[in-house]
Amino acid sequence: MDNIQSINFFIPELILVATIAFCLIIDFFLSKKNSFNVAYVALIGIILSGISLWFSSPLITTSLFLNSIVLDPFSRIFKFIFLISSFITILISLDTSELKNRSLGEYFTLITAMILGLILMTSSVDLIMIYLSIELVSIISFILAGYLRFKMISNEAAIKYVIYGAFSSGLMLYGFSLLYGLTGTTKLFEMNKVLFSHDFSHINLSLIVSFLLIIAGLGYKIAIAPFHFWTPDVYEGSPTPITAFFSVAPKAAGFALMVRFLNSLFGDVNPLNSENWVSIEGVPWQAILLLLSALTMIIGNLIAIQQENVKRLLAYSSIAHAGYILMGIPLLSKDGVFAVVFYIIVYLFMQLGAFYISIIIADKYKTEKIEDYAGIGWQSPFLGILMSLFMFSLTGLPPTAGFIGKFYLFAAVINAGTQYYWIAIVGVLNSVISLYYYMRIVKVMYFNEKNIQNSFVPSQFSILLLLILGIPTIYFGVQWTYIHEWVDSALKFFIPNF
Amino acid sequence: MDFNILSWLIWTPVLGAILIVILPKNRMDLIKWIAVFFTGIQLLLSILLWFNFDNNIQGFQFMEKSPWIPAFNITYMLGVDGLSLPMVGLTALLSFLCVFVSWNIDKAPKGYFSLFLLLDAGMMGVFLSLDFFLFYIFWEVMLLPMYFLIGIWGGPNREYAAIKFFLYTLFGSVLMLIAVLALYFSSGRTFDMIELMSTAPTALSQISWWGFSGVKVVWLLLFIGFAIKVPIFPFHTWLPLAHVEAPTAISVILAGVLLKMGTYGILRINFPMIPDGTVWFAGILAFLALINIIWGGMCALAQTDLKKMVAYSSINHMGYVMLGMSAVVAAGSKYGSNIAAAELGMNGAVLQMFNHGTITAMLFILVGVVYDRAHHRDINGFGGLASKTPIYAAIVALAWFAGLGLPGLSGFISEAMTFLGAFPVYRNIVILSTIGILLNAAYFLTSYQKIFLGKLNEKYKDLPEINRREILILVPLAILVIFLGIYPTPLIDIMKTTMSEIIFRVEASELLVK
Repeated sequence: MDNIQSINFFIPELILVATIAFCLIIDFFLSKKNSFNVAYVALIGIILSGISLWFSSPLITTSLFLNSIVLDPFSRIFKFIFLISSFITILISLDTSELKNRSLGEYFTLITAMILGLILMTSSVDLIMIYLSIELVSIISFILAGYLRFKMISNEAAIKYVIYGAFSSGLMLYGFSLLYGLTGTTKLFEMNKVLFSHDFSHINLSLIVSFLLIIAGLGYKIAIAPFHFWTPDVYEGSPTPITAFFSVAPKAAGFALMVRFLNSLFGDVNPLNSENWVSIEGVPWQAILLLLSALTMIIGNLIAIQQENVKRLLAYSSIAHAGYILMGIPLLSKDGVFAVVFYIIVYLFMQLGAFYISIIIADKYKTEKIEDYAGIGWQSPFLGILMSLFMFSLTGLPPTAGFIGKFYLFAAVINAGTQYYWIAIVGVLNSVISLYYYMRIVKVMYFNEKNIQNSFVPSQFSILLLLILGIPTIYFGVQWTYIHEWVDSALKFFIPNF
Repeated sequence: MDFNILSWLIWTPVLGAILIVILPKNRMDLIKWIAVFFTGIQLLLSILLWFNFDNNIQGFQFMEKSPWIPAFNITYMLGVDGLSLPMVGLTALLSFLCVFVSWNIDKAPKGYFSLFLLLDAGMMGVFLSLDFFLFYIFWEVMLLPMYFLIGIWGGPNREYAAIKFFLYTLFGSVLMLIAVLALYFSSGRTFDMIELMSTAPTALSQISWWGFSGVKVVWLLLFIGFAIKVPIFPFHTWLPLAHVEAPTAISVILAGVLLKMGTYGILRINFPMIPDGTVWFAGILAFLALINIIWGGMCALAQTDLKKMVAYSSINHMGYVMLGMSAVVAAGSKYGSNIAAAELGMNGAVLQMFNHGTITAMLFILVGVVYDRAHHRDINGFGGLASKTPIYAAIVALAWFAGLGLPGLSGFISEAMTFLGAFPVYRNIVILSTIGILLNAAYFLTSYQKIFLGKLNEKYKDLPEINRREILILVPLAILVIFLGIYPTPLIDIMKTTMSEIIFRVEASELLVK
């Protein structure tokens, strides 16, 4: 489809672009004290964009802008995930004292711009577009990580993020250039055609190298081992709402991109629309991804055990969760991708919930240390119960949504055949390990001596927002037919007609 | 019956828990009476179920089935048979009594009783669900209240005990989850246990894992999950700790009901669904039973802490259950088609599950009684209490004798049945197991002697006698222990048909053909 026609299918994104521009203009007229009002403009923009997305046809699959991005149910469901997570992040940002008395106009503008980048990441089918969208997200992330510019730790986070980000972008670009050299095109589907129609067995090595380099770049985005070293410091240093956002939205986008990239490039021409897709021979990408998945789970969980700071603990736990999700990708099955998308939706609620409670507690008690949580379960039963709920869900205990997410992942692994049982066993044993550190938070809140004597009721705004995050966490653990069907209907990719 | 009695059995305590959560904190008495009311209703319902249960019908009764997640073929399916009915009765009875045992809980009673009721619902759900997914949910949901009940209301080392219990049982259940999924996908995408019983035996033999047959792999994965709950050596190390640190009522529930879930699971799932695996493993099961019996007995003998001694006696007693279960192979033509022995062993195993539930409940309650008064449990720290507290000493004597398997009390019958059942197949193991009975007698009698006989320890000359509430809790259990010791037939009649069915399924295994 040419550029003019494409505009018609690009309305949600265009609304976001308009919102970004409008945010910037509004910010000029607001004093520093009132700059937080930009948030309301951003929220309205997100809602409008969501509404137009809601009323767009859910079944349409087409490519836009001269085959550089696509519109399909798979990208649609991720757009909802980004809009919801950024909406909640903005609400959390309005509540935290970390960002009080700062100029926030750019902050909310940048979050809105990041949504655009994330959406493009999940829709791109052209190497150049993929790279541009990743960079759009990354550069905004660097700025947001360092937003508390008078805090040393925030500066450290930003600079570490930049260095790691630049390096892994370089690696990925090199991988892209190898791919381009081999196939002579930047469009994924054309590359796929070339890869399948020519015999590459004599230059297997260059394909493998380019695959590894690209995985390094993507792995950095979704923070899987061994590309995870930036995560804890960046997560600890960034403003906490941004940390929460980082641990959900860019990760989801990275996974979406990974699924689409691997399917479109190494799969057969009919990806996902059949029960199983064929992998290209000679590139052991499945085995590599499975090993990375196991490594990520083990490293994330084992290091999380030793953490004393809640934000760092959640950072490492998010690494472990990336490992669980990664299990679903190399299975070459629809079930696998289904489980990945389902898990990301569930993960959004529980992860944001856990972070939000840590923000409320940090605001009230000025602490991020786990041991300082002692007695909170008794002083503020609401926070205690909700935090326990999120911890149970992150561990994957029924009757919470986290269990259902894990259940589908393991089901996909088991269904893929006995040769994958080992990764399922590694996965379930890792859930047992994770129980130890998640329960440590619960334990400190309830079993330890009461350090905090006065009872504490969070604001009504906080209670409402926590219920928005907590109710789905429990409800999707009891009745998830709707989500199941929704995700199921979203597993359709755009396929070009050659 | 035209109302869903099984659903009511499960959800009644949940209603109670919700009600308690809503109540204001200061209504202490009301909270307790609500707990009494809802567990009481549950007990009445289970009695109603007991009397309406038809002993002669094969298969499940009072079944309920409705779709839950149609997209994944998950259903809400409940049913009761001769294996689950005694467990349902036991659960309802012990839950009701344990509310009274916990009468003096003064630390956050609102949390305690609501968690207790949730635990009750979870246990009931495990015994009644016939959908494997539902079973798994209840199995895991139970862990959460248990973790808090041990961790908040337990003894000095409670945090460690709580997390150790949680980690161990979760380790077992996640392995079980893999087995559940393997069964689901190999048997045509169903969690329906009744359907699995007919499809799984052949379906599993078609998959293999690194050269091992799916039968063995899945059997072992399930077995480890259940073995940790029983607990079977070497997975038993969480038990003494959890039982000792938990508050009395929770120890009663742990030993009285939770341990039974392990053997219940093996009987409900491993035996009928994977008969080949059962036959393959039966010998090892008998051997593990022997280790449990001897090891549990010797550890109990070595304890100075009374509660720890009782905890280890549970390991010993659960060994008899496993011994009886291993007798199932006697029915095969390879072992002389001795169906009578198989039935004796299997009925003995389930009877022992029930009897151990009542006996160990008495033991833990009695330990709690003396601990509440003396604030320690050191066996050597008492002496001559019989002269100060004669009623208490008499009830302890009854419980202790039941525990060591004195003829005329219920433990004797079931232990004897398991021995008789296993004898034709595992002669040597049964002979060695009788050492366990000697060990039982040794630790129960020496501890009784040290605590109650001899010269009165001056420190306890003012020790108050057991009070009326405590006696009333113990009376129903004592009646059951004596009654089933003299006349166990009513209980055996209930389980007989179901046990024959399970034996029939295991017997169908080709491994048992001569």
